[in-house]
Amino acid sequence: MRYMLIIHNDPELHPLPGDPRWDELMAGYAEFSEKLASDGKPVNGAPLNDPTTATTIRVRNGETLTTDGPFAETKEWMSGYYIIECDHLDQALAAAAMVPSAKYGSVEVRPVAEM
Amino acid sequence: MDDALDVVYRTERGRVLARLIAVVNDFDLAEDALQDAFVAAATAWVTTGIPTNPAGWLVTTARRKAVDRLRRAASAERRHRAWGELAVAWDAGDEGASPGPIADDRLRLIFTCCHPALSLDAQVALTLRSLGGLTTDEVARAFLVAEATLAQRIVRAKRKIRQAGIPYRVPAAAELPERLGAVLAVVYLIFNAGYLAASGNELVKVDLCDEGIRLAQLLIDLLPAEPEPLGLGALLLFQDSRRDARTDDRGRPLTLEEQDRSRWHSGQVAAGRQLLGHAQRQGRPGPYQVKAAIAGVHAGAARAEMTDWTTIVALYDRLLEWEPTPVVALNRAVAVAMAHEPAQGLALLDEPALAAALVDYHLYHSTRADLLRRAGRLDEAAAAYRPAPDRQRRRAELPRSTAHRARRPRWVVTGPMKLIPSPYDGVAHPARRTDSGGRPTTGWSTATV
Repeated sequence: MRYMLIIHNDPELHPLPGDPRWDELMAGYAEFSEKLASDGKPVNGAPLNDPTTATTIRVRNGETLTTDGPFAETKEWMSGYYIIECDHLDQALAAAAMVPSAKYGSVEVRPVAEM
Repeated sequence: MDDALDVVYRTERGRVLARLIAVVNDFDLAEDALQDAFVAAATAWVTTGIPTNPAGWLVTTARRKAVDRLRRAASAERRHRAWGELAVAWDAGDEGASPGPIADDRLRLIFTCCHPALSLDAQVALTLRSLGGLTTDEVARAFLVAEATLAQRIVRAKRKIRQAGIPYRVPAAAELPERLGAVLAVVYLIFNAGYLAASGNELVKVDLCDEGIRLAQLLIDLLPAEPEPLGLGALLLFQDSRRDARTDDRGRPLTLEEQDRSRWHSGQVAAGRQLLGHAQRQGRPGPYQVKAAIAGVHAGAARAEMTDWTTIVALYDRLLEWEPTPVVALNRAVAVAMAHEPAQGLALLDEPALAAALVDYHLYHSTRADLLRRAGRLDEAAAAYRPAPDRQRRRAELPRSTAHRARRPRWVVTGPMKLIPSPYDGVAHPARRTDSGGRPTTGWSTATV
């Protein structure tokens, strides 16, 4: 079995860089990643940039609708993910429009945070 | 000298900024360095006079200023990355020591500013700020938002451009129609905001109509092989030709039917016809060319009753192929009523699907009332002018803010009431910013505004 851990974040509670709790958090992530690796479980994870950097793609009647922001419908739920390598956002949006489920739901494109 | 510098600022800023962004690959750094260069020009040009190529002088100076700024920049990360890119661009030296003619990067900048991954209000603000000659304060006043709000909007947009990797490039041929549609929509929105403000708020000094026409002209110059910018340019000129006739002595808006057509500017009408002719000779029709053609029919009628409504109905049929929206259907119904009988237009308006789609659109009800009046059904007309109680209740019960309602730019709904929607009028309204599920659809709305 493979499982995806989906990390949700409350910006009002989450510490920011400069806060000692941030350093604690980062150390915790490093430790967690090492633990998974040492347990022989392959790790594919990355932090994402915040939702203001997101763009959402929907395809309806063959037409691609592009929206600034995440804007998932409350009844939509996350059903999968890809991590793709692109030169710029236009390539990522074109790929998102090719995701078959974009016809029924939406595909949010969020840059992976560069660490 | 101040005046001369001001002229250079208004005419060259967009081109120079676009070039600088291409060179330094950083929106903010380019703007700051350009500001430095203008400050330097204010001193230097007093003694040297205005250089023969002020834009080239500004680019060269601003590049030096950008280097200075990067040297001073505290962030090592930024220094490494941007400095490296700048050094490469500098070494490649497309200009050498003497300021020569500069490449035109405004096209790339326009597509970046009007990228569909940015909210529509951010697209408008960025376009006006970057490519128009307007200050943040002027843009803010034109759209009746606080300067801080607008500045914040621009900061967020730039941040998204940087962090999400919105490219600084002209879209590939396959993407061009859709992306160009978004650019044209932003320019049209800017023009319309000025058009609405002109009769509603005399305090607005900044002329967004002029700014829209200037931007349309820029697109025509930069994309000479594309017919739709020509169509947009023609449409704006036709509409602007009526600017002196649009209101009565007391500033109240007049319908096309009521306007004194001798006050329409024949020079602008002629210029519009010329642009539309250029567009149509390319043999690739599109929505802006059709809208311009509709406006052109009106412009050709010396008196309202001479309007060729049959041709206008045919043009709306074509427009519906590109923009099957309720507002276009509404305008078509008016044209049908005028070409034939009011009852035929009313029948179209009363089709359940259209009535449901436009229940919250004030122009639907005023149009319906007007057609009832023309049909001699005066009691029904009087009732239609007032929103029915159940409709008011419905509106109050609407969920207060699906996200897009709060995000909708204010200016598209601040216009004055008109008794008849101008048949050429493409001003956005809320229903066109959502898809069937009520979701915000920037791509769709920008394609149809």
